Amino acid sequence: MAPSDGKAADYKSDPGSGGPSQKARRQSEGGQAPVIPDTCNLGIVLRTLVPLNALAVVGAIALSSGPIESGLRFLDIALVLEPVALGSLALLCLLRKGVNGTTRWVQWAVALGVPAALASVTALLVPRFAPPDTGDGTAWWVLGRAILAATLAWLFAVYFQLRARAFSPSFSEARLQALQARIRPHFLFNSLNAVLGLMRSDPRRAEATLENLADLFRVFMRDARELVPLDDEVVTCKEYLAIEQIRLGERLRVQWLLDGMPGDALLPSLLLQPLIENAVHHGIEPSAETGTIEIAITQPAERVRVEITNPLASVPPTRGGNQMALSNVRERLMLLYDMEAELKTGVESGRFRLQLEFPYRKERRRRDVRRYFDPDR
Amino acid sequence: MSDATSILIVDDEAPARARLREVLADLSPEFMHRIVGEAANAPEALAQIESQRPQIVLMDVQMPGMTGIELARHISARAAEADHDAPKPMPLVIFVTAFDEFAVEAFEVNALDYLLKPVRAQRLLGALKRAQTLLPAEHLEAIDQLVKATNTRRRHLSVHERGRVILVPLEQVLYLKAELKYITVRTREREYLIEESLTSLEDEFKDRFVRIHRNALVARPSIAGFERVTPTGEGEAGDPYWQVVLREVTEKLPVSRRQWSIVKGLVS
Repeated sequence: MAPSDGKAADYKSDPGSGGPSQKARRQSEGGQAPVIPDTCNLGIVLRTLVPLNALAVVGAIALSSGPIESGLRFLDIALVLEPVALGSLALLCLLRKGVNGTTRWVQWAVALGVPAALASVTALLVPRFAPPDTGDGTAWWVLGRAILAATLAWLFAVYFQLRARAFSPSFSEARLQALQARIRPHFLFNSLNAVLGLMRSDPRRAEATLENLADLFRVFMRDARELVPLDDEVVTCKEYLAIEQIRLGERLRVQWLLDGMPGDALLPSLLLQPLIENAVHHGIEPSAETGTIEIAITQPAERVRVEITNPLASVPPTRGGNQMALSNVRERLMLLYDMEAELKTGVESGRFRLQLEFPYRKERRRRDVRRYFDPDR
Repeated sequence: MSDATSILIVDDEAPARARLREVLADLSPEFMHRIVGEAANAPEALAQIESQRPQIVLMDVQMPGMTGIELARHISARAAEADHDAPKPMPLVIFVTAFDEFAVEAFEVNALDYLLKPVRAQRLLGALKRAQTLLPAEHLEAIDQLVKATNTRRRHLSVHERGRVILVPLEQVLYLKAELKYITVRTREREYLIEESLTSLEDEFKDRFVRIHRNALVARPSIAGFERVTPTGEGEAGDPYWQVVLREVTEKLPVSRRQWSIVKGLVS
């Protein structure tokens, strides 16, 4: 099961990214986070819409004297609020790439101006119940909504900036570094021992195993934030399993179902390997019998879905660290994808089943995934 | 038996066994030995120890089903009970471990020999020579201490039956009942006899078994309920008492009056 092609060695899919961009990132670390957050991101969308609507409900209740009136008030507010909020998020998402490079004055102007403008337009279009109908009243009605929209936009912009600072590059990077999948000493020493055991009887296999081990270590020592194509991550997993195969022999069987896999999808390096190691550790190692690990990767809509199942061992593994790998991967997903990734586990027909889903992104948008670390490019 | 020391290799990974074999072969000019067998798991190892009677066992710590430390405990328990009939020389165990922080610490405390994988020839030679000088009694004590230090509780009971060792998983045991010098181990399918003390079994498996009588421990999960019985035999007018109804088997076990107050607390 040695790597048959040059892929394994050529992990850096974008050789140019190491140099200048790295420097740019370091330089930008000192600067402030951009005014406009990535408003296409699901997390940001929810963090905007939920409080806004909550505010609308509270306002509607405060301004009315009965439940029915509250409902009507809320509808009244929502009629303006929803189109302005959704429209602003969408527009800012389109504009932010161009604007975030400019001076902060421009950024603020766009961040507050877009919601204000949308609010004005909506206020003109939407029929209102409140009198009076004089020209002066209409002007104030429109201006009032615009000021309200700009104020709310300002509050949200400040909130998201504070949040970005909390997840600031140095903080998140330190966190990610700590979470970086580490090679288990147990695995290292057992693998070296297995190689020594093969050295005299089967030197070729010993060689192939050392090559796999070298590749694996190269990946392990790489930057935890680096994004790699799914194809490469699968090669890493296969190399890892080839080493385990030597140790565990016929006890370990692996079934790959990769027909629907989008090989060009980008994901953080070493996202899958720890999950597969976990499956070996909990499903195969504790049992003396043969067990099969099934790994299926598919692409439902614009997402990548990874499903891993392994047998449930009757006895717990001899070493601890049960939930470590899973909680580690979970936290990494949170830092990298916020709410757009999902990791579920459960037991299904006597097997442990894990399902991981994350957004399907190709080379083109690779940097967006790192928005918290270098949001500015 | 010749002068050569007999050695058994126990490791679940084939390449690791191969490696030990090769290193031992390299050492043969300095250390006379013969390899009497190899085992990939605990039941195999126990069978080989019974049939081959090795003097030294090189034993992996991390193995499926049962760790090397638990296995060593079974071996030492076997040695402890052997002196009734003919004394059976039990093997000295040298542990081999890849990396196990807790176990390694425990080894250091107990001065029992252990080797780190990958094993070096000189280090192995040292351990073998040291093992030869060690008294079996000291060794057994060291293993017992090691078991305590690593807090490895048994997950099986080892039953010796016509020269064979059977490992009965603890979760299959419904109850333990003392009868004369033996203890009956009841599973759904059958009964086994072991030579251990009920009190020490009670201490070791407190969380699983509850004492219902001076002579019986019952596994909590296998208690289906309780029944009140009034003896109606001829001429006897005994006091009514309670008995345990078990899942999966039909027999019922009486609860002694002294234990009832404790057992009752479990139910309500």
